[in-house]
Amino acid sequence: MTAAKPDNGNKQRTIFICQGTGCISGKSLEITEALKKAVAEHGLPGVKVDFTGCHGFCEQGPVAIVEPEGIFYACVSVADVPEIVESHLRDGKPVERLFYKDPVSDEAIPYHKDIKFYNMQQRIILRNCGRLNPERIEDYIATGGYESLKKCLKEMTPEQVIEEVKRSGLRGRGGAGFPTGMKWEFCRNAPGDQKYMICNADEGDPGAFMDRSTMEGDPHTVLEGMTIAAYAMGSSEGYIYIRAEYPLAVKRVRLALKQSEEKGFLGDNIMGSDFSLHIHVKEGAGAFVCGEETALMASIEGKRGMPRSRPPFPATSGLWGKPSNINNVKSLATVPVIIAKGADWYASTGTEKSKGTCVFALTGKIANSGLIEVPMGIPLRKIIYEIGGGIPGSKKFKAVQTGGPSGGCLPESYLDQPVDYESLAAAGSMMGSGGMVVMDEETCMVDIARYFLSFTQAESCGKCVPCRIGTKQMLDILERICRGEGQPEDIDLLQQLGENIKAGSLCQLGQTAPNPVLTTLRYFRDEYEAHINEKRCPALSCVKLISFYILPDKCQGCGICLRNCPAECIAGDKRMVHVIDQEKCVRCGTCLEVCPERFGAVVKVSAEKVDVPDEPIPVTAEKPAASAT
Amino acid sequence: MIPLAKDNLTKADVQDKLKGIFSHYKGNQEELIPILQETQENFRYLPAAAMREIADFLHMPESTIFGVSTFYAQFKLTPLGKKIIRVCRGTACHVRGAAKVLAEMEKQLGIKAGQTTDDMEYTLETVACIGACALAPTMTIDGETYGKMTTKKVAEVLGDSSKA
Repeated sequence: MTAAKPDNGNKQRTIFICQGTGCISGKSLEITEALKKAVAEHGLPGVKVDFTGCHGFCEQGPVAIVEPEGIFYACVSVADVPEIVESHLRDGKPVERLFYKDPVSDEAIPYHKDIKFYNMQQRIILRNCGRLNPERIEDYIATGGYESLKKCLKEMTPEQVIEEVKRSGLRGRGGAGFPTGMKWEFCRNAPGDQKYMICNADEGDPGAFMDRSTMEGDPHTVLEGMTIAAYAMGSSEGYIYIRAEYPLAVKRVRLALKQSEEKGFLGDNIMGSDFSLHIHVKEGAGAFVCGEETALMASIEGKRGMPRSRPPFPATSGLWGKPSNINNVKSLATVPVIIAKGADWYASTGTEKSKGTCVFALTGKIANSGLIEVPMGIPLRKIIYEIGGGIPGSKKFKAVQTGGPSGGCLPESYLDQPVDYESLAAAGSMMGSGGMVVMDEETCMVDIARYFLSFTQAESCGKCVPCRIGTKQMLDILERICRGEGQPEDIDLLQQLGENIKAGSLCQLGQTAPNPVLTTLRYFRDEYEAHINEKRCPALSCVKLISFYILPDKCQGCGICLRNCPAECIAGDKRMVHVIDQEKCVRCGTCLEVCPERFGAVVKVSAEKVDVPDEPIPVTAEKPAASAT
Repeated sequence: MIPLAKDNLTKADVQDKLKGIFSHYKGNQEELIPILQETQENFRYLPAAAMREIADFLHMPESTIFGVSTFYAQFKLTPLGKKIIRVCRGTACHVRGAAKVLAEMEKQLGIKAGQTTDDMEYTLETVACIGACALAPTMTIDGETYGKMTTKKVAEVLGDSSKA
C-alpha cells in the first residue's frame, strides 16, 4: 500500500458502519456514536460517518468500510475508534491491525474487493446490502432505485412485465422454485376485481437469515419489486408478512413504506399513472408453519395459521377468498434488476433450468460464516472451501445441510455437484430458503436428524394426522437411538414412516419433515448402526453414549478439573491422579475443556473402556517441559 | 390444558388499558393478532379478562380468541418476568453448542426453559432461530442480541443485564 501524506482530514472520506442485527449485537451503534463524536472533536471537514445494512460477513462483525478507498475493517470495537479516526480518517494511514485475515493464508487483506468471501460472489439480490444507508430513500434512488418501476408504469403493459419475468427464468426463491412469472400470470388471469399482492417475509427456517438482512439492508428494493408485481397482476392492496422476531426489519420496512409514499412511489396514482397500491405490514406471532402460503393468509386474516388443501390455489382463491399472489423477499428483490437490465441479462447467469443467483446463509463449522450470493450451478466445494474458507481447527468435513428442516444432509461425495433446484432435489435435499449449515466430524448425524425432527414436530400445526402423529413417532425413535436404546428394526421403521409422512401430509411442512432423517439414513447409515448395534456415537456427541476418563499416565494432579466439575464427581488430591466417578458423571465435558492443553489428560470415548485406577493414586507422569506451555 | 393465570387485575383496570388500545382499531376480525400483540405488550401477558374484552370488541367467541392465542408461540397466558431471556436453538447454534449454553443458563437461574424465576426477574425461553446464525451460539435478553456465547459468558451477560 502506498503511504498517503497526512491530509488533516480534508480528504473526502466516508466510513460506513454496518448496522445489521449481527453487528449491532457487537455494539456497532455505540461505535457509530463514538466515531461521530471523535470526528467532530478532531474537526475533520471531509469526513462523514454513515451506516449501512448487513454486509453479510457477520462472523467478522462489527465491520466497517472506508470509502472511496474501499478499506475493510473487521471486528471493530469502541476502543479502536480513536486510532481509526486519528490514523486513517485524519492522517490517511489505514489501521492495519484491523484488516481482515484470510483463514487459509493468514494474510491481512486491506481492501474489501480482495477478500475471497466477497470477490467470488455475484450479488444481484444483495446488491445494495452494505452499500447504502437503508433508512434513506435518496440513497436508493441514487443507485437507480425506482427507475424500474417507472419503466414498467410508463413503457410497459402488465402483460409485458409478466413476459419479461417469465423470460428471465426467475423461480421462487422461497424454496419451491415455481416460476415467478407464471405465478403472476395465473393471478392476473383469475377473475375478480380485488386482488392481493403478498410478500412472504416469514423467514422461519432455523439457520437462514437472508430475508432479514435484505429487509434490513435494502428495504426499498423489496418494495419496488412488490409494486412492480402488483402492477403486473392488477392488485391494489399488498401485505408484507414479517416475523415478529425481526424487530429491526419491521422498523426499516415501515420507514421505507412511509418514505416511498411521500415520494409518490406508493399510494394513489403512482407516478401520475392510474395504478394505485397500498401496502400494509403484518407482524407474525411465532409459528413456523405460517411460511406456508395458505397458513400465512389465514394468519393475515387473524386466524390460527393452519394450512388448507390446495386447490383452490391462492391465485384463484387466496386472502379472503380473492385472487392472491405470494412471493418471497428474495424473488421480489430480484425483480427490479430484471426490469432494469433485461431478462436476457439475468438468464445468462445460472444453469439451464435454474437461472440467476441464489443466496445462502453459510453457517456452522465454517471459517467464514455469513450471507453469500452465488450464481446457480456453483459446486458446493467452491462455496465451502473458497468462499467459506473451509472448516476451522483442521477438523474434517462431514456433511452440509441445505434447505433447513425441510432439506437434507449431503456427504462429501456430493461436494462437486452443482447447486441448483434439480441437483439438490435429486440428492434428496432441497434449495429451501437457503440455509447451508456445515458440519464436521464432531457433529453426530443421528443427533442432527433428531434435532430437525424435534423442530418440525414442535411446529406441526396438528391439522393432519401423518404430520401430527407421524413426526412424533419418528422423534421418539430417534431419541431412543440417541439414548442408546435403539432396536435393529428402528432403521426400517424410520424409513417407512418417513416415506408415508411425505406422501400423506397436507402441506410442505409435513411433506418435507422426514427429509433430514431420510438423507442421513441414505448417506450416514453406518452412524445409525453404530448407535443401535454397538451403543456407540462415532462423533462422540450423544451424551448418553460417551464417557470421560482421566489418563493416569498424563494426569499431574493439579486439581483444575476437580474444582470445575459441576457434578462434583472427581476424586483426587494434590499430586494424586484424579478419577471420575462414572456413575455420577453428567458428561458435560467441563473436565476436558479445563484440563491444560499441555497435560491433555482427559479423554472422551464412546463404547470403549479406558484403563484407569478406581481410586486416586500418586502421580507418576513426568512434568511436561516448560517450553511446552 | 393450558391454565389461565390467576391475577389481581380488576375488570376496570383491564377495560381502562384496553380502551386506549381499541381506540386505534376498527373492530375487524383481521385485527385480532395485532390487538393481542399490543395487549401483551401492555400487560406482559394475556390476562383472561382482557381476552374476554377483546372477544366483545371483535364480536368473536372467546374460544376463538383462546384458540388463536394458544396457536402462536409469541402469546403468553401467564405473567412473564421483568427480563426475557431467549436462548437460540437454531441449527447453526445447535452445532456450535447451544445446548450447553442453555443448560448453564438453567443452572444459573435455577429454572428450566419456559419458566420464570420466583422473584419474577427472569423468564427463560428457547427460540427456534433469531437469524444471527453467523454469531452462533446466540441468545437475547429483552431483544438485545449476544453472540458467540460460551458457558463462561453466561454469568457475564446475566451480570450485564442486572446492571441495566
